[in-house]
Parts: sequence; C-alpha cells; structure tokens
Amino acid sequence: MAEARPVRLAVVDYGAGNLVSIRNALTLIGAETVVARGAAGLVGADAIVVPGVGASAPAMNRLRRQGLVEPIWAAVAAGTWYVGICLGLQLLFERSDEDGARMLGLLRGSVSRIPDAPRLPHIGWNQLELVKPRHPVVAGIADGSPAYFVHSYVPVPEDPDVVVARTEHGGTFASLVAHDRLIGFQFHPERSGRDGLRLLSDTVGLIAAGPPGVSASVAGHTADARV
Amino acid sequence: MLLRRVIPCLDVADGRVVKGVRFVDLTDEGDPPELAARYAAEGADEICFLDITAAPEGRGTILDVVERTARRVFVPITVGGGVRTPAEMRDVLRAGADKVAVNTAAVRDPELLKRCATRFGRQCVVISIDARSDPARPGAWEVVVQGGRTPTGLDAVAWAQRASRMGAGEVLLTSIDRDGTQSGFDLELLRAVVAAVDVPVVASGGAGTPEDMVAALAEGNADAVLAASIFHRGIHSIASVKAAIAAAGVPVRIVDGAA
Repeated sequence: MAEARPVRLAVVDYGAGNLVSIRNALTLIGAETVVARGAAGLVGADAIVVPGVGASAPAMNRLRRQGLVEPIWAAVAAGTWYVGICLGLQLLFERSDEDGARMLGLLRGSVSRIPDAPRLPHIGWNQLELVKPRHPVVAGIADGSPAYFVHSYVPVPEDPDVVVARTEHGGTFASLVAHDRLIGFQFHPERSGRDGLRLLSDTVGLIAAGPPGVSASVAGHTADARV
Repeated sequence: MLLRRVIPCLDVADGRVVKGVRFVDLTDEGDPPELAARYAAEGADEICFLDITAAPEGRGTILDVVERTARRVFVPITVGGGVRTPAEMRDVLRAGADKVAVNTAAVRDPELLKRCATRFGRQCVVISIDARSDPARPGAWEVVVQGGRTPTGLDAVAWAQRASRMGAGEVLLTSIDRDGTQSGFDLELLRAVVAAVDVPVVASGGAGTPEDMVAALAEGNADAVLAASIFHRGIHSIASVKAAIAAAGVPVRIVDGAA
C-alpha cells in the first residue's frame, strides 16, 4: 500500500468549549489538525471536526457570525466528512427543543432532554450498546464499552438507521450516529480512555480510506434545511 | 447504565505534587502529569488536581500542569483551588481541564456560579463544599471555607441545593471531620446532600479502605468517590478498589490489563 499522507482535520473553533483535548487526541493518533475560525480554515480538509459543549442557539449564532454555516454545508455537499462531538453532533440535526434553535439540518430529527433521567447533567462513564457492531467506527471496541458523557440533551434522529450505538440513562438515546460522511459522538471520545482513542483512530482510518460518493443525498438534506 | 467513578486527587503546590506518592519507578515522582498518566492507566475515571499553591506568584503553574497532563491523559481532568473569576476559570479550561471546582469564592459570591455556568455551561462548573458537623445543630453540617479553617454559618445541605440551582453541574462534597482520618466517608452527610440535589455528587474525605468506597457508592448513593492518600500511599491501587466495587455489585468501569 502506498504511503498515505496524514488525514487533515479542520477543528472548528467557534467559542463553544476548548479544543485542547480533541486536538491532543487527534495528534496522538497521527492526524494533522488545523484550527478553523472561518470558511478559509475548512479549505483542503478531509474532515470538519465540530466539538463543543453548551446550548445550541448560542452555538449556531456563533457559527453564523463566523460565516461557517454555508461553507460547512458546501464542504459536506462536496464530500468532506463531518465529525461532531457532543454539541457538534447535536448541531447536525434540524432543531433543538432546548432553545428552539434551528441547526445545520444535515440529518433529520431534533435534540431534546434525556427522557426519564435520574440525574442531569448526565456526567460520567456510561456504556455503548452497539446497534451496528460492524460499522467501521465501532468495529474495534466491544459491545458495552464505557465512554465519558457530559450533557443533558440528546439527538432524536427521525431515521433509526443512523444510530450506530445507544446508551441508557433513565431513557435510552442515540449516543453514536453515522450516515454517509456524517459521524457524531454524543460522548467525548477524547476523554474516553483507550476505547475513545480507538474510536477516533478508526474514524480517522475511515476518513483516510474515503469510501466513494455520498454527497448527493447529503446535499439533498442540506437543500431542504435551507428552506 | 451510568457507571460510578473512582477519582484520585493530587494536591499540587507550585507545579509539584506535594503528598507522598507510591510509584517508585517514576523518573520524576513529583511531576503531576506523570502521576496522572499512571493513575489513568490503572483505571482512574477522572483526575482531580487540587491547587494548594500558597503564594499568588505561584498560581500560574497549575495551568502548565494541566496543559502537560492534557497532552497525555485522555480521561477527564478536574481542577480545584484558587479559582475566583470566570476569567480564571476560562484559563484553566483552555489549558485542557474539563471541569473547574470553586469553593470559597462561590460562598462569598454565589452569582459567580451563574456567571460561569452561563459562559461555559454548567457541566464544567463544580461546587466544592467542605462540610463539618455543626456542634450547635445535631444532625446538621456547616460549610467551612479557606481549606476548612473558616466557618460560614451556612447549612451544607441548603448550600449544595442553592449552588446546584445557581449553575453548578456537580457537587464535590468533602467531610472535614473525616478528611485525612481514613475512617470512612460521612454517609449521613452524603445521603442528605444526594437527596437534596439533582446533580451528581462526588464523595470525598475519609476513604481508608475499598469497603469505604463501596459504602459511599452503595449506601451513601454517591456518583463518584474521590481519594488521595489511600492511593498515594500504595495501600490500595485504583484497580483493586474498582475490583472491590464491582464485586459488591456496583457498576464500575473495569480497565483490562490495569495493574
């Protein structure tokens, strides 16, 4: 196999939490990261990594203010991967029940509070029940592997087929979603020890392998979301 | 199912770990990142640094400690000690901490919790409460500040409730009566606070044996247990404590191959 160049990841800095841990983790597994504060930062990236903690509406406002929303849509439509972590995953969906925010709309569904949770925020290590154990992102970890969560809201995808793993905290929710070139972790792989690093490294491996053309269906979602 | 956490706490002064530690083959046994990495490899679910730097000019050293730790430790990092403003919290978070614990400053100005939670999200705001039995009110506990030296007259349970409503996403509860005694956690205090708040509670102060940890989780209903000397002195490893917790039927993260 030819020597591959390192995967280039644009880590989006939009003021919603720090980027230190995720950049440290991605660097450790051999990926090349650049920090993107505006559209120019996305150019040439194999994947856009959107981390973040907090509420959706202020986060979307900051993405808009930094002129990132349309460039993210365009990049995804052109085949760039999107890796969302925690809030970055939630932003993939259409709207949030938390504050009514209208989000990126790259996946159908909403974001709402964890149903029947005994305690919120949901802080700590919880288990990933692998709904799709053969998905390349999770192929390297065991069913029931622990991951570190810090959040109160969760994605509610309209299409159950995007759910790769789910987790129980009172109610059960989608903790890892993937569709075409969109991947989202509700937990923090960069804070989930060895299993978390494995998830990130398999994600980067998947991006490096770059399975063919999926941009058309993603573009369809994007176009709808703009209406 | 949410797993219970075991958190080693490292006291750091002027950038160095100050309490005795057991790892004898370390190149530099007082270096916080080195120790944190060891604990993480053993299965620590989180690392807590308590900055006890006395002189104001030594304060910046904790940022360097956090930065160096975050480069090699991939479990959450919580930092407590000396944070008084949202700007100071921002600096600690930017260095790579996941959560910041505030104590004395929040007692003086509870609005600080709200300001920090609004700015950074409540998930990274921890209210650290030092509590001791109130001699004037049997069965009640009083909040003490400045490292346990100064009484405040505040009821610990009421303060935990108020602080969590103001914006703290977690309570780090230390029994000053038990701290350093290794005679077990104050389970009554723990149960009272857990029942009063709807955010996770970390039990601290008094851990002497793995059984104490099990009791704090199973009987005290704590979400996590934090300890220092039990781990540092090498009497018990993180892995052996977690094995005891698992054996008691309490769900905990077991790390394969941990010593």
